[in-house]
Amino acid sequence: MVEAINHTLHEEMARDERVMVFGEDVAVNGGVFRATEGLIDAFGPDRVVDMPLAEAVIVGASVGLAAAGLVPVAEIQFLGFSYQAMHQLVGQVARLRSRTQGRFDAPITVRAPFGGGVRTPELHSESLESQYANCPGLKIAAPATAADAKGLLAAAIRDPDPVLFLEPLRGYRMIRGPVPEDDHVVPLGRSRQARSGTDLVIVAWSYQAELACRAADRLAADGLSVGVLDLRSIVPLDVDGLAEAVSSVGRAIVVQEAPETCGFASEIIATINDHCFYDLEAPVERVSGFDVPYPVGLLEDFYVPDVDRIVAAARRTLAMAP
Amino acid sequence: MLTTTPEAEPDDAELVDILERMVAGQVYSTRCFNLQRQGRMGTMAPIDGSEALVAGAASALDPTTDWVFPQYREQFALGRFGDEVIDRVVLYNIGHPAGGHYAEHLRVFPHQISLACQIPHAVGMAWGMKVTGEPGCVATFFGDGSSSEGDFYEAANLAGVLDAPVIFVLVNNGWAISTPTAAQTGAESFAAKAHAFGFPGMQVDGRDPLAVRAAVFEARERAVGGRGPMLIEAVTVRHGPHTTADDPTKYRSADELARARDDEPIRRFAAQLTERGLWSEERQREVEAAADARFDLAWDRSQEAAATLDPATALFEHVYAEPTARMQRQRGELRAHLDAMANGAANGSAAG
Repeated sequence: MVEAINHTLHEEMARDERVMVFGEDVAVNGGVFRATEGLIDAFGPDRVVDMPLAEAVIVGASVGLAAAGLVPVAEIQFLGFSYQAMHQLVGQVARLRSRTQGRFDAPITVRAPFGGGVRTPELHSESLESQYANCPGLKIAAPATAADAKGLLAAAIRDPDPVLFLEPLRGYRMIRGPVPEDDHVVPLGRSRQARSGTDLVIVAWSYQAELACRAADRLAADGLSVGVLDLRSIVPLDVDGLAEAVSSVGRAIVVQEAPETCGFASEIIATINDHCFYDLEAPVERVSGFDVPYPVGLLEDFYVPDVDRIVAAARRTLAMAP
Repeated sequence: MLTTTPEAEPDDAELVDILERMVAGQVYSTRCFNLQRQGRMGTMAPIDGSEALVAGAASALDPTTDWVFPQYREQFALGRFGDEVIDRVVLYNIGHPAGGHYAEHLRVFPHQISLACQIPHAVGMAWGMKVTGEPGCVATFFGDGSSSEGDFYEAANLAGVLDAPVIFVLVNNGWAISTPTAAQTGAESFAAKAHAFGFPGMQVDGRDPLAVRAAVFEARERAVGGRGPMLIEAVTVRHGPHTTADDPTKYRSADELARARDDEPIRRFAAQLTERGLWSEERQREVEAAADARFDLAWDRSQEAAATLDPATALFEHVYAEPTARMQRQRGELRAHLDAMANGAANGSAAG
C-alpha cells in the first residue's frame, strides 16, 4: 500500500504543479515509511519541503498556502501527533470555507498513518477518526486496499475541501494488491462491497476491513455467508450503501480500533437504527478497542480487535433468534 | 484607496490620510460599542489605543499586492485596504455569516477569534507568495498575549527558516484582558523574541503612526527584497476595556486608565498635523461626520442582509463545496420544521 501512496503522490504532483508535499522528514529522507520517497528528486525542494518539527504550523501554514493558490499535501508523521495540530485542523482548516463564506476553498490534504499493532511507543497508534468526524468541514478517507489508497488519495488531493487521509500503519506493507496504472479516482462517500454474503455483514474501514475479510473467509469455511462493507470514507458517509448492505441481510457487526464509547461504530449503529430498524434480526454489535488509553506493547494485542474477536462477535450475532 | 507602492517619506496627503483612517477607526469602533450596549450587536473588541499602529502600518503596505491577517481589533482602521472592510466588520458583529466574506479584491483575512491562529496562516500565505513568485508581502497583527501561544513560536520559527516575506506586528497594549505584560513574558521585550528566530525585532511607539509606518516600511523592504521577516513590537496602551464584556476597573486603577486616555494617539497626531497646517478641529468634525455616514451605510446594508438571511440555506452553505447527502437531509428537515412552526403560528396553535 505504501508504494501505491508514493506512486499517487508522484502522479498528482506531475498532474498539477500547484501540489506541494511537506512535513517532517518527507523530503530528503523520503518519509519515515518511504511514502514520499523520490518526490524531492522529481519535483525539487520548493515543492517537497522538510518542515521544522511543529505540527500546528505544518497544518496551519496550509491555510495560507491554499489561499495563495497552492494545493497543500501535509504529512503528520503519526495521527497521534495531530493533537498538537488539532486547533489548526479543526478550528481553522475545517472552517476556512465557512468562515470566509466560500471566498477560499481549502483543497488541503493532511496525510497521517494511524492504528496499532506494530509495537510503537506511546501516541503513535491512536485511532482518532471519530474525534475528527465530529468536526464539520473536514472529510475523512481511510482506504483498506492498495488500489483504494491510490483512488482515494487522488480524490482527496483534487477535492476542493480538506481531507484527512488516514493510512493504516499495519497495512503499509501488509496490505498488497494490484494498483491501476491509469488515472484512478475513487469518489469519497462511496462504500465498497469487499465480500458479498447473505447471513451477516461486517462494516469496517481501513485495516479493520482487511481483518473483516479474513474473518469472513474463516466463517465461510463453516458454511456461513458473511459480507464485508468497506466504508472507504467516514465523512462523507455512504448512508445509502450502508443501509442497503444491512437491510439486505438483517444482521451486522461494526469493527473499529478506537475505544468503544463515541467511536465511529456508534455513529454507524445509530445510522443503521435510522434506516434499517425494521429489517434487523439481531442487535448490531460493536467490536472495538476498550475505553482505556491506547496500551503499551505487551498489552496492545489484547486491545486491538483481531480476527478471533470479529469471528466471535459474528457468531454471537448470527446465533440470535430473530 | 491609495494604490501606489508606499514611499519612504509620507507626503502631506498621506499624513492626512493616516489621521483620517485613525479617526474613522475610532468612530466605527465607538458606534459598534454603543450598538452592543443597545443590544443590537454582539460582543466586540474596541480599537482603543491601536488606531495609530494600524493606520501607520497600513500606510506602509500596498493594498494591491500585500495581505493583512488581523486579529479582531484592527479592522476598524484598515480602511486603506478597502472601504468595504467596515461593511464586513458590522456584519460580523451582528452575527451575519457574510461578515467573514471579504470580496476578492480585498487582501484581508477575516476576524480571527482563536488567538495567534492567524500567524501560521500569514506565514503560509507568505511562503505561497514566495513559491509562486507573487510580489508583495504579508502583515499579521497579534497581541502581547498571543505571543505566548505556541502558534506564534511555530510560525515565526518557520518564517525564519523559509525567509518568508512576512511582517509580524506585535501589538503590545499592556494587557491581555486582565493579565499585564509582566505576567506574560520574562523576556526583556517582546521584540527581543525575534532574535531567536534569526530575524530582526524592533520596538516602536505604537501610538505614533509615523514610527510604526517607518518600521513597517523597513520590514516591507526586507520582505519584498527576499531578506525575510521582521518582528515589530508596537507599544501602546489599551485605554478602555478589552471587549464589551470586560470591566477594566476590576484590574486597573482609575488613574492609570485616565493617563492612558490622556495620551490617546488621535489627539497626539492631530496636534502634530495641526501644527503643520494640515489639520483643524473643523476638519476633524468633517472626517467624523463622513465616518458616521459611512457607518450608517454599513449598518443599513447589514440590516438588509439580516432581513434576507434564510437560516435553512445559510446554515448549510459553504461548509463543503457541495453539502453532503446527510447535510441535505438535515437542511430539508430544518426547513420543514420551520415551515410547520410558521404554519402553526398562523393557525394560532404553536406551542409555547
